[in-house]
Amino acid sequence: MTSAGHQTVNRDARLAWLFASPALLGLSCFVLLPFVLSVILSFTNLRLGSPLSMEFMGFSQYQRIFSDQAFLAALRNNSLFALIVVPLQTALALLLALLVNQPLRGMVIFRSLFFMPVVFPLSLVAVVWIIVFAPGPQGLLNQVLETITLGAWQARDFLHDPVWALPAISLTSIWQGVGFQMVILLAALQGIAHELYEAARVDGANRWQQFVCITLPQLRNAIIFVVLVTTILAFRLFDQVQIMTQGGPNYATTTVMYEAVNSAFGSQQVARAAAMTVVFFTIVLLITLLQRAVARHERVIE
Amino acid sequence: MIGRLRVGTLSVYLLLAAFALAFLVPVAMMLFGSFKPDDQVLVQAARLGSLLPTEFSWFNYRDVFARVPFTRYLFNSAFISACIVAGGLLVNSLAAYAFARLQWPGRDWLLLVVIALMIIPLEAIAVPLFYEVTLLGWRDTYWVQIIPFIANAFSIYLFYSFFLGLPRELEEAARIDGAGPWRIFFRIVAPNAKPVFATVAILSFLTQWGALLWPLMVTHSEAVRPLPLGIAAFYSLPPLQWGDIFAFGVMMVTPVLLIYVLFQRWFVQGVATTGVKG
Repeated sequence: MTSAGHQTVNRDARLAWLFASPALLGLSCFVLLPFVLSVILSFTNLRLGSPLSMEFMGFSQYQRIFSDQAFLAALRNNSLFALIVVPLQTALALLLALLVNQPLRGMVIFRSLFFMPVVFPLSLVAVVWIIVFAPGPQGLLNQVLETITLGAWQARDFLHDPVWALPAISLTSIWQGVGFQMVILLAALQGIAHELYEAARVDGANRWQQFVCITLPQLRNAIIFVVLVTTILAFRLFDQVQIMTQGGPNYATTTVMYEAVNSAFGSQQVARAAAMTVVFFTIVLLITLLQRAVARHERVIE
Repeated sequence: MIGRLRVGTLSVYLLLAAFALAFLVPVAMMLFGSFKPDDQVLVQAARLGSLLPTEFSWFNYRDVFARVPFTRYLFNSAFISACIVAGGLLVNSLAAYAFARLQWPGRDWLLLVVIALMIIPLEAIAVPLFYEVTLLGWRDTYWVQIIPFIANAFSIYLFYSFFLGLPRELEEAARIDGAGPWRIFFRIVAPNAKPVFATVAILSFLTQWGALLWPLMVTHSEAVRPLPLGIAAFYSLPPLQWGDIFAFGVMMVTPVLLIYVLFQRWFVQGVATTGVKG
């Protein structure tokens, strides 16, 4: 290489560091460092404003949170929330995507409408849905259900009912988020080659057979992605709980993040909260690895 | 055959209309409720038939401004989101360009680290980050809500994939004409990458405009608190007046809805591209 070439490479390298360093500095200070810190802190007894000096405690924070009723309830609630929201929201998103993908007039309007709640802040959605779930026969949902069941429905106080509070939060979340998933699935639907459907029609396949044999397999990776994102979002659940139920009644809607924030603030127990977030991250990591494994499996088949 | 087609079309529209109703009713309830006197909001929210206000008044809106510093919350939200979006576009696109086009030692493994960081959500680091900014003495400021969120691994990844797909010829031609990387980036690459700038801007704006968890952790004075905290505080501020809360909500969501209506195509495309990540 000529010396002029060397100079270019050196200048390039200097400039590259200049270009990249602000972002890399930000990521190191505000993502990487706190991440490493959360693992380290989770093995200590750190408490803000505590006169005790910080000590290493091994796994005792983990032992404590896994014998804590509230945290176990939180793990159960997050899993239950995921079990309700992931299948329902994915199926609904797929149905909506199929509907607005029909070659009919006005589909753009419906698509915009179904996507609209995605731009609503969750805090606002939560407040509005408190009214939808208002107790007694005055409540909107109670009223609708009474009308549908011809008066057989017994009005109830959804958000203060240990059985109904979590499903109520799930419904709120689906309403807000389904448009996001719909748009992703719609993009995938529109990417399917028309020739596949034509070939199937020539072979005499009906609509349902086309859906099962072409649409679903072609959407496979998009659906896996949507399921992954929704599952992770389910474990991040916080805003709705903070505003609608504060974790109640009797821990029926508390979540891992809600417990972590409460430990960090209610009782200043940073180490305990750090242990909870490490558990949370481990769950997110496992879900991501599972998705990667399933998606890779797909590529091998191809 | 024609009859069957019509029935099919009709049922598609009926199904769509039913869903449209489910999406519209809560929004309509908020909008109409914001114009109702307080004693009618709850009573009338119950009946679908009486969603429309019988009396129309701006009273609730005036009440919001009298009870809480709404304009302050609005300014804070707008200022914080604008700084994060603008700073993020610059910093993350420059980094992505360095990854996509420039030769430098350490590039490949640093890129791997950035991609790995994408799976760490804010929630997983919120507590130690809170501890960190407490040590720095940053709590209850604007910058504690801005600086940690400018650099973003997912934004870098979106820019990076887009830059890789740009044809190199334009840049080569400019380089032969003697343009340096700065000029090439701002004059050639950035103008040709408008879609990805729009995507990143919209995705980060949506996240920041709705942010509740972090501001809740690090702020306590009205002077720096954003809208989501405003509505949470307003909801728990006695006396509970639903008309006021709805008026707050309408004013909170109107700016975003306007932006959404104006740039709808970009919103939908932006979200669709996140699906490529998997």
